[in-house]
Amino acid sequence: MTREDVFNEVQDIFRDIFDEDEMVIEDKTNSDNVEDWDSLNHINLVSAIEKEFNIRFTLEELLTLKDVGAMVDLMLIKLE
Amino acid sequence: MRHLDYPLDVNKILRTKKSIKKLLLLNDNFIEKKIAILGGSNAAEIKNILELFLLKNGIKPKFYDSEYNKYYEDALFGNDELDKFSPDIIYIHTTNKNIIKFPEPKDSSEDIDALLSTEIQKYTSIWSSLSKFDCAIIQNNFDYTDNRNLGNLDCYDVHGKTYFINKLNDEFSLNARKIKNLYINDINYLSSYLGIRYWFDQSLWHQAKYAVSMESIPELAFNISKIIVSILGKSKKCLVLDLDNTCWGGIIGDDGLNGIHIGTGTAITESYTVFQEYVKELKDRGITLAVCSKNNFENAKEGFSHPESILRFDDFTSFKANWSSKNQNILDIVEEINIGVDSLVFIDDNPVERDIVLSQIPSISVPDIGSDVVDFIRHIDRNGYFEAVLVSHEDLNRSQYYEGNIKRSKVQAKFKSYDEFLISLEMTAEIQSFSLIYLNRISQLINKTNQFNLTTKRYTLGEIENIALSDEYIKIYGKLSDKYGDNGLIAITIGSVKENQCHLDLWLMSCRVLKRDMEFAMLDELVKQCLEKGVSEIVGYYYKSTKNSMVSNLYEEFGFILTEENNEDTVWKIDISNYVNKNKFIEIKND
Repeated sequence: MTREDVFNEVQDIFRDIFDEDEMVIEDKTNSDNVEDWDSLNHINLVSAIEKEFNIRFTLEELLTLKDVGAMVDLMLIKLE
Repeated sequence: MRHLDYPLDVNKILRTKKSIKKLLLLNDNFIEKKIAILGGSNAAEIKNILELFLLKNGIKPKFYDSEYNKYYEDALFGNDELDKFSPDIIYIHTTNKNIIKFPEPKDSSEDIDALLSTEIQKYTSIWSSLSKFDCAIIQNNFDYTDNRNLGNLDCYDVHGKTYFINKLNDEFSLNARKIKNLYINDINYLSSYLGIRYWFDQSLWHQAKYAVSMESIPELAFNISKIIVSILGKSKKCLVLDLDNTCWGGIIGDDGLNGIHIGTGTAITESYTVFQEYVKELKDRGITLAVCSKNNFENAKEGFSHPESILRFDDFTSFKANWSSKNQNILDIVEEINIGVDSLVFIDDNPVERDIVLSQIPSISVPDIGSDVVDFIRHIDRNGYFEAVLVSHEDLNRSQYYEGNIKRSKVQAKFKSYDEFLISLEMTAEIQSFSLIYLNRISQLINKTNQFNLTTKRYTLGEIENIALSDEYIKIYGKLSDKYGDNGLIAITIGSVKENQCHLDLWLMSCRVLKRDMEFAMLDELVKQCLEKGVSEIVGYYYKSTKNSMVSNLYEEFGFILTEENNEDTVWKIDISNYVNKNKFIEIKND
């Protein structure tokens, strides 16, 4: 899977969770610049990503992720 | 919208709940209900998913959330907001994470009793303060913890968490029977069904204080919705069944009564019997049954006259077997028993019929049961169509075979002698020549019995048919019942008659009925039939196999005399001119 594939898949998950078909995310997207990204949706996002990619983030990793780009980078490492 | 039915599409629900909700809101005719959720852990997502299941059932909820972990304060000391909300239903979402204090190794059993009573009092005081709302209270019982440091001992040592939780759950059940309006949401069963490993996610607990895993939230919400639907009187009331390949295997119109699969013996017949037993249990607790089948009425009715059919024609309140369309027949059933069409659940192994019925009658429930009877029960059971909040009368007839066995062995301990025990069983047997209706079971028993089998000779179904119809054979089957239930057809003897001798080609019995003297009753009938045919001597053969050593001395016990020995194979003879019946404990009833 290329970074772009992973990124697109993650974007699909965002679109489902926020129910916005046109939603576009970028590397620097984070909870500060998406209005509905509250703690509840954060859990939903992480959990849907874990399920879809069959990976698991540790508690420590979850605390350090600062935006979508950092998360996708970490995912690529886990997917290797 | 199938993903809100069993089997739940959990990931789809979690990921697309917003769009699912929009779709559900396109319906109208909702009833509105005010539901207060008092959460002992984070219940925000439970609320969102519960909403979907309620909308699907025509219930539009308005929610009140207690602040996280303020459930105790909210319940006990009141809260203006909650008072003003005036709930119709209160759901108390507590789990083992809310247990104040588990026993410690140093605690005495008095200490542990005190811990139990503190814990219980917390909840009884919650329920009693909430009684001012005069509304339904749905209370979780406790799930088991995902670790137990005592291992298996944890469930029976008083210091065990498992033991403690079982005690608490018993107390909850006791209270729920006494307190009007208190309903238990049995997460102990649900988490067992799903598996505790699946049910609890430690990471999610630390991250966000979710006491159940993300994947379990839809299952939990589904379970709560079943109780709410039942409390509101919207549970289903009538089960409508197709017949061929649903109530029995095969096609009654083609295969005839002897050809359909129902009863004991083969895997197929047993699986249909189990399904019929489940349906019968539903009927016995008040669910109405109906038949909707494309069949000749007489054929369809005859199917339930099969001696091993659990369901009988009389069990059905409405019986539509004809060649009209099923949707038309269902509308006729609805009219005949005067019931709402939305109270019906339709079970049919044929996907085409299911689709037609659902498309013509959208408000009926038609689970996607597939075509394998072993899946049918789960679709009915897990969907909770017939969820009950009250059973008005307990009807415990018809104990199953294995339950009967447990009782039999308990009773045995109370008797002075084995004879006395056998008498107490009140055994009756039917011992007769083969009849066509039993040929499948006979063939099946012949080809699987290894232990109580003197010759281990196998026969094809065709050979058995020939034997059944031939005068040159004595062919006897035996069925045994006792006061605990019916053991079914369990013994077979085949002998070929040559002049004044009868050679025993086959003698077998199911191990289910060992030590019941059934073999003596079989021998009595064999001798009787031999004498009628002018036979004076019976020849028995024992062919040693790896599994049949238990019967190596059977003919000796019968009083036969050893005449030949070849390695471990033996031949035995008995002169029957002065034979005296050996069976003392089984009453023979051949009708």
